[in-house]
Amino acid sequence: MERVPILKLGDVLIVSIQIDLQDQGVLALQEDLADAVVESGARGVIIDISAVEIVDSFIGRMLATIASISRVLDAETIVVGMRPAVAITLVELGLSLGGVRTALNLEKGVALLEDRDNARAVAVPR
Amino acid sequence: MTDAIELPIAANSDVVLVRQRVRTSAQQVGLSLVDQTKVVTAASELARNTLVYAGGGRVRIEVVGNGARGGLRLTFADEGPGIPDLELALTDGWTTGGGLGLGLSGSRRLVDEFDLDSEPGKGTRVTVVKWAR
Ligand SMILES: Nc1ncnc2c1ncn2[C@@H]1O[C@H](COP(=O)(O)OP(=O)(O)O)[C@@H](O)[C@H]1O
Ligand SMILES: [Mg+2]
Repeated sequence: MERVPILKLGDVLIVSIQIDLQDQGVLALQEDLADAVVESGARGVIIDISAVEIVDSFIGRMLATIASISRVLDAETIVVGMRPAVAITLVELGLSLGGVRTALNLEKGVALLEDRDNARAVAVPR
Repeated sequence: MTDAIELPIAANSDVVLVRQRVRTSAQQVGLSLVDQTKVVTAASELARNTLVYAGGGRVRIEVVGNGARGGLRLTFADEGPGIPDLELALTDGWTTGGGLGLGLSGSRRLVDEFDLDSEPGKGTRVTVVKWAR
C-alpha cells in the first residue's frame, strides 16, 4: 500500500500528499500521523494538499479527525495549499471542516504555528 | 453523439481508477476545472458507496450531447441490498456506515441531474449528469 512520508522539522510534522490515495492509504496516514504526534511530541502538523485534486467526504473526515486528535495531544493542525476548485467543491458537498485551520501555502502555515508559539511564550513566561 | 466506457468497481483501487477516468472524460467534454472537480468528487462518493454498501458493481461513463453542449453522464449500478428509504438516504448526515452521510446528498448538489433508483433486495442505480457550460 502507498504510504505518505511524514517529515519532521523542529517540532513540526509536515506531510505532503502527492498521490491519489486509496481509502486504506488515507486511514494509514491518519494512524501514522497520530503515532508520530505522540512519539515526537510535535506542537504542529502541517498537511500540504496543493497536489490533491479532490477532497471527498472520506479525505475530509480524515483531515478533521487528524485535527481533533492533534488538538487532544496539544498540537495544532494546519491544512495548506487547498486548490480553489477543491474549496468550492467542498462547500457544495457540505463538508464544513470545522476545527481545521487552513493557510494558503506552506510558508503561511509555518508562520501561523510560529505566531501561536510566540503567543504561548508571552502567556507562560519562563 | 455517444461514447461510453464501463468500469468495474470491485476494490478500493477501482475507486481511484474511476476518479481518473471520470477526470479524463470531463476534460474531453470541456468541463471547466471547477466542474471537473465537482463531478470527480461526486464520482468518488458514488463509487465508494457502490463498493462499501453493495460489495461492488460498475460504472458507465458516457459522453453525451444535446446539440450545442456536451456533458458527462455517469451511471453507478449494483445488485446490492438496495436502499429502503430514498428520502432518508438523501438527507445530509444520514449514514448507516459510520460515514459523514454526505455522499448521496452532496453528490446531488455537485451535478446538474441526479437520479436515484433503488429496490430493496435488488440493487441500486445512481445516474448523474454534468453539462458543460
Ligand atoms: N449503493 C448503495 N447500496 C445500498 N445502500 C446505499 C448505497 N449507497 C448509499 N447507501 C445508503 O445510503 C446511506 C447514505 O450514503 P452517503 O450519503 O454516501 O453517506 P455515507 O456513505 O457517509 O453513509 C449509506 O449509509 C447507506 O446506508
Ligand atoms: Mg457514502
